[in-house]
Amino acid sequence: MDDTMGEAKIILEAKNITKTFPGVVAVNDVSFAVKEGTVTAIVGENGAGKSTLMKILAGVYPDYVGKIFLKGKEVHFKNPREAINAGIVLIPQELDLVPNLTVMENIHLGREPLDFWGFVNYRKMYTETKDLLSRVRLRIDPKKKVQDLSTGQQQLVAIAKALAIQAMIIIMDEPTSAISEKEIENLFEIVRNLRQQGKAILYISHKLDEIFAIADEIMIMRDGKLVARGDIKDFSYDDVVRFMVGRSIEQFYVKGQSEIRDEVLRVENMSVLDPDKEDLIVDNVSFSVRKGEVLGVYGLIGAGRTELMEAIFGFHHPSRVRGDVLIEGKRVSIRTPADAIKAGIGYVPEDRKLSGLILQLTVLLNFSLPNLKNLSRFGFIRMNQEKDLAHEYVKKLGIKTTSLNQLVENLSGGNQQKVVLAKWLALRPKVLLLDEPTRGIDVNAKSELYSLISELAKTGLGIVLVSSELPEVLAMSDRIMVMSEGKKTAEFTREEASEEKLLKAAIPRSFRLVSASS
Amino acid sequence: MRMLKNNQKVDNQTQMASPAEARKKAFDLRSISRYQSLIILGGLFVVFATLSNRFVTPGNLWTILRQSSVNLCLAIGMTYVILTGGIDLSVGSILGFSGAVAAKLLKYGLSLTAFGVVLQFGVMGASIIALIVGLATGLLNGLIITVFSVPPFVATLGTMTAVRGFIMLWTKGYPITKLGETFDFIGSGWILGVPTPVWIAGVITVVASVFLRFTRFGRYVYAVGGNERAAVLSGVNAKRTKLITYMISGFLAAVAGLIVTARLDSAQPNAGLMYELDAIAAAVIGGASLSGGKGTIEGTIIGTLIIGVLNNGLVLTGVSPFWQQVAKGFIIIAAVIAERIGKGRE
Repeated sequence: MDDTMGEAKIILEAKNITKTFPGVVAVNDVSFAVKEGTVTAIVGENGAGKSTLMKILAGVYPDYVGKIFLKGKEVHFKNPREAINAGIVLIPQELDLVPNLTVMENIHLGREPLDFWGFVNYRKMYTETKDLLSRVRLRIDPKKKVQDLSTGQQQLVAIAKALAIQAMIIIMDEPTSAISEKEIENLFEIVRNLRQQGKAILYISHKLDEIFAIADEIMIMRDGKLVARGDIKDFSYDDVVRFMVGRSIEQFYVKGQSEIRDEVLRVENMSVLDPDKEDLIVDNVSFSVRKGEVLGVYGLIGAGRTELMEAIFGFHHPSRVRGDVLIEGKRVSIRTPADAIKAGIGYVPEDRKLSGLILQLTVLLNFSLPNLKNLSRFGFIRMNQEKDLAHEYVKKLGIKTTSLNQLVENLSGGNQQKVVLAKWLALRPKVLLLDEPTRGIDVNAKSELYSLISELAKTGLGIVLVSSELPEVLAMSDRIMVMSEGKKTAEFTREEASEEKLLKAAIPRSFRLVSASS
Repeated sequence: MRMLKNNQKVDNQTQMASPAEARKKAFDLRSISRYQSLIILGGLFVVFATLSNRFVTPGNLWTILRQSSVNLCLAIGMTYVILTGGIDLSVGSILGFSGAVAAKLLKYGLSLTAFGVVLQFGVMGASIIALIVGLATGLLNGLIITVFSVPPFVATLGTMTAVRGFIMLWTKGYPITKLGETFDFIGSGWILGVPTPVWIAGVITVVASVFLRFTRFGRYVYAVGGNERAAVLSGVNAKRTKLITYMISGFLAAVAGLIVTARLDSAQPNAGLMYELDAIAAAVIGGASLSGGKGTIEGTIIGTLIIGVLNNGLVLTGVSPFWQQVAKGFIIIAAVIAERIGKGRE
């Protein structure tokens, strides 16, 4: 073990790293160094380039520009395996464990200990796993399947896996995004332990409290650039926020006052059944939204927010959904998204690439898809009317595209999201469901989107804003409802709400039980 | 990383063009790949014209077109199906079945033993029934795929096999021949100096192209194949869209069945065997992507002509039929590789 006292050695150095995706520079000329026995926090808004930068270090993206030196020697990993062999392990936000394999099989995946005959030596695997699990203070049976563990426990298994391959640099991407407070404390204890052993930890998070509790150094990214780095003691909370958003919070979140009028959407006793298990993903949720109001819906991953929105929008098979939807006081039957659209609901889904857009089609085709019924006669599309409408909305929302015939995959994230918005706004809906509308788009586009949301509310639209970003929900909502494990657990007015209250209502009860017993 | 794809007709809207776009166009070698299939077609044409003096004669050129018209009917239906991300392996069997249905009705009528009568059919009646049979088989494919969520490959593999069995039951394994001059006209006649099958395929092509480009349904086909989830979330009835494409494919296979049967003046139990592969090949060579959302009728026409010219030219130049198969196989692969390379570089 290296002595962690005194001047720590630089283990990894990156120089002028740049990585572009079509339409966006994800990482822009970033240089930094990582020391042994140090926890380096990497902070930034979603889409700032943190994850991309880390994926470059971990060999996920081999096609970058710039140089990386590991212990003074230049390296260029072509795939994750090379990076792992060199001692760099990335623990992604969505853990890359195989759920239906056991803990010990996961930890040794691809490096199974073999006996003389070439069969897997399960006894050796078992004892090694036991030892590794004790190092991350996880007292579970190595033969347990990963799918039966809580998210926090899975996180620890992933760390144990990194230890098993003698990783020198461990990158953790948002490790606390879905685990309870108690599990967070345990995780921190382990991170400190690893630091003691001389490992370099790169810790991605946007939860500033955590960062100030655990990190030695900090790197702040914005729009792909490294805007500040140094000893965390030299930074105040406000400094970090200012560097992250590039302006003060008041300027960033634009929330105008709009006149809140009659109720426009009411959802009563909505439940969604899990297709595989006899379980409810959404459990008896009721809420309402008024004209001109922004209702924030907060919850952690797996809280059932997206499923609730999809159910309202008629995306799930009617046999899986219970409950009523009322538009302007009138009960409407929504069995398909087409019904929802007819009833005046628009839905900007969570993952625009997966659900919001057809990437290889043009801006025009994406824009007009839900509007075609109004734009055609006897099934034939009125091309000129279609183009005029598209031009109108491209202009209105300030969508930056070379032409209507540009493929949406070539647009930046913010402009892609605006295309999704545009296609719904052209239908003149009464209610707009926004599911994580600002995920993965740059800071300026975010701010623009916020002011757009405010503008739309002012025109009398009822808006449901689903978000897992606390500052965003708090700043943008007139009212906030919190979900956890499919249930509605709390509702606050703008004035009542605070980060603490929202988080408390969002942490699942079952997690608390699991961590208390383990 | 992927860039511009070649099937998207960027018909350069001047009102929003920017210098950046102009620059991009200037060094965009990939735009060549947009015409790659046309280049291949031209190349083959030149090669065969040089090797055989019988290749470029009016008679032979009409022959190529007439021979291609059957595959074109199948390939257009296939293009619709492939655009939604599906596949239809049953078109060869449907071709055979509809031809056998038309031939038997025409020659022997339909004997309803329960009523003790035999219904006689004219060319029109027999053809319409045959087309309905094709449409119904397509409907069956579509229902199996959309209602029971069976993967298209498996569903149509099943109907391909079953329908071939029905042909055997229907014909008892024997060809039905001598169908009369009127029916013959569908396969061998000329109208205004153009062979009847070419007329039929031509009309179908124009209608199919117009529908794909200018109707709501056409847009839905691209949307469902491009990203079904996003399409559904935009209010598109993806299941209905897919169902209709299989019905189109079945219907056009029946049209092809009539042409083949009329041309040979005979319904063979083995008619259309493996034809689905040529249809898929034509669509793919023409730029259609088997993962859906990408492809055009125009591309499929060129793909069909490439296969037609290849078949014809290899015969004229005296290449053995075995080598013809080899050549065709490699051209399919080469066309797809060329497309991959075209969009793969950045």
